[in-house]
Amino acid sequence: MDKIKADVIIIGAGAAGLRAAIEAARIDSKLKIALISKVYPMRSHTVSAEGGAAAVIKEYDNLDSHAYDTIKGSDFLADQDAVELFVRLAPQELLNLEKWGLPWARDENGKMAARAFGGMSVKRTFFAADKTGFYILHTLFQRSLMYDNIERYDEWFVTSLIVEKGRFKGLTAIDIKNGTLHYFEGKAAIICTGGIGQLYKTTSNGAINTGDGMALAYRVGAPLKDMEFVQFHPTGLPGKGLLITEAARGEGGYLLNNRYERFMKKYAPEKLELAARDVVSRAIYYEIKEGRGFEGKYGAYVGLDIRHLGKEVIEKKLPTVKEIAEKYAGVDPYNELIPVRPTMHYMMGGVHTNKNGETPIAGLYAAGEAACVSINGANRLGSNSLTECLVFGALAGRNAAKFALEHDYLEVNKEEVLNEEKRIFEGLLKKENGISASELIYELKDIMEEKVGIIRNGKELEEAFASIMKLKEKFKQVSVVDKSKIYNTDFIQVLELDFMLDVAEAITYSALKRKESRGAHYRIDYPKRDDEHFLVHQLIYKTEYEPRIEFLPVVITRWQPTERKY
Amino acid sequence: MSEVKILVKRFDPDSKRVYTSEYKVLAEDDTMVLDALIHIKNEIDRTLTFRYSCRMGICGSCGMVINGKPLLACQTRIKELKEPIVVEPLYNFNIIKDLVVDFDIFIDYLKEMKPYIIRQEELKEIIIKPEELEVIANPSACINCMLCFAACPVFGYDQTFKGPATLALLYRYLMDPIDQAEEERLKIANDKDAVWKCSFWGECSNACPKGVDPAFSIQRLKLMLAIKSLR
Repeated sequence: MDKIKADVIIIGAGAAGLRAAIEAARIDSKLKIALISKVYPMRSHTVSAEGGAAAVIKEYDNLDSHAYDTIKGSDFLADQDAVELFVRLAPQELLNLEKWGLPWARDENGKMAARAFGGMSVKRTFFAADKTGFYILHTLFQRSLMYDNIERYDEWFVTSLIVEKGRFKGLTAIDIKNGTLHYFEGKAAIICTGGIGQLYKTTSNGAINTGDGMALAYRVGAPLKDMEFVQFHPTGLPGKGLLITEAARGEGGYLLNNRYERFMKKYAPEKLELAARDVVSRAIYYEIKEGRGFEGKYGAYVGLDIRHLGKEVIEKKLPTVKEIAEKYAGVDPYNELIPVRPTMHYMMGGVHTNKNGETPIAGLYAAGEAACVSINGANRLGSNSLTECLVFGALAGRNAAKFALEHDYLEVNKEEVLNEEKRIFEGLLKKENGISASELIYELKDIMEEKVGIIRNGKELEEAFASIMKLKEKFKQVSVVDKSKIYNTDFIQVLELDFMLDVAEAITYSALKRKESRGAHYRIDYPKRDDEHFLVHQLIYKTEYEPRIEFLPVVITRWQPTERKY
Repeated sequence: MSEVKILVKRFDPDSKRVYTSEYKVLAEDDTMVLDALIHIKNEIDRTLTFRYSCRMGICGSCGMVINGKPLLACQTRIKELKEPIVVEPLYNFNIIKDLVVDFDIFIDYLKEMKPYIIRQEELKEIIIKPEELEVIANPSACINCMLCFAACPVFGYDQTFKGPATLALLYRYLMDPIDQAEEERLKIANDKDAVWKCSFWGECSNACPKGVDPAFSIQRLKLMLAIKSLR
């Protein structure tokens, strides 16, 4: 088995991973950076982000406003010191991308143009049409080609981290193209593997978002944080789950029920369609539940109306909305309502880090959606996540590089690697006549969608947890039909499912233990926010039996929690 | 809902066997070829191998040849295709397995294009009028899906040709209002394997699912080189 050595290993090559790689690479050209991704970097899910990236750049804006909007959006669960750092570093990150050639939309004076976004009190979301994530990803990927000390491992799948006495020392990964297992020795590593959308039936996320990095960390004793907070985006296409960007409402689009009423005035009288996402998603849920949805082949939905925005705005600023509406929903958005319904979109929780991107394991960092710093708390504001990838990707890259400069390699012993090889090839690939991974994935998606969704209750969460435990048992019977070593996606899906089950366990258990409603976590048995008991983060640790939860106080600097109204 | 027949041309890398599998799937009006392939993978044949992710025509993973045309499977409606539907891997690349091709050659060529802003002095504030961005709007929309490479007759017989998407991105950086490496980039364009190998079939622009016009970019580069040589 081949050993590969790299000073800094980055897992995942979306916005956070690429930004981290560039930062680490330019700190010292002697540092060897290994960038591992199970897909080619430009396939990473950052590519699907549409609306924009938030930062205080305009003269009418200020850092406190961005910080407070973010904290209020988080339902006061964000760490305020982290948020303050985030808003301070955000502008420089967007301006960096401007210097790197990202074609930000411009205003008539030639400056970067901003648009309105949910929960943001002024226009501070910068964009490139409604393909902002696409442009960020490609700009970063192309920029990364400048650095000879970034070595890419495209289509490599990380199967385990190797940690000794609380310090990271390496990992194992399969080269998907030929099916061979390799191991890496690294001084530091950064987990940038993105979200978990594939745990749900209806999601805006790509097929690759299976929470690998969260499970990798969880398995070696790093806690996950705030895993109960799963964001449902208000406007997904029914059935397919594809995202219709919030920018459609930011540019002035309405949400209408079957009486053609702008129903958001009942739920958020001031901000209407531009309230925080959890608020809008629940509003749609209630409108549908109370019979005021339109009927469609994928069940009831509400209408997104952008007809009044006119051809020019739609063509110039919302071309993807138009494309998705036409191609996937068969709707002409100039003359018809676009059918929408909430779709699982984003994971607020993730690998627990402090504001330096450090996990409790020395040398192990995390950034982007895979991480939980937390600046997003119980609900992330739209357009903060791309910025988060940049800010904390850069920060983690810098800190991991510094760590690598100050530390030596720890040797990975062969035994650990051989055990992993056995687990994977003997235990999984060679097993015969079991059940197929897709069967279990369908079951898992149903459980998560029905019982760990927008509206939750203790009884269903308990049932869901029990069912997930059963699925974990059942996983032992899963076998791989395709026995080839070369580009075996059947096999990779089994490895992903294994990770997904751990992540599902963490989400459901955390949701069960948080007996209150806050942000995206809404429980009908505890419908109120309970600051007395739950103004805390929940850290979840994997144990041999039931997971263990620890509380971590929320950092409050200047803004005391108040009731959240939009 | 109706039943359709899908024929997938496959390659088994272990036995080096090329063969065709036939599947029957149910399709509705909004079923895409990708939906059908995912269904086959999950319910009928776990060994069928293809790449995909976003399902919305932006990640560029699911390029394949469908009824003879390079297309994104996630944006191709079954109902708009003639039966039987024949799915093949992208032309002009080595096949790794089934519908998965090796396009590392593109990444190597892309790197040669120096696809990043090059400047001598640091910029303080950037002022770019919206109309100045228009020139790069088209080539910068490339999602690297490789449909243009599969459609390009020149790349088909001569893999030393740098290729359409690649040269469109070269043009994109050359035309960028803040880039200062015109000379260097024109030199790259003038390479014997770059723009002069293009014989202007225009198939790349026809194939692009994002409306990028590599053929135009390449002809512009030729023109710029020609003007430069006359100076």
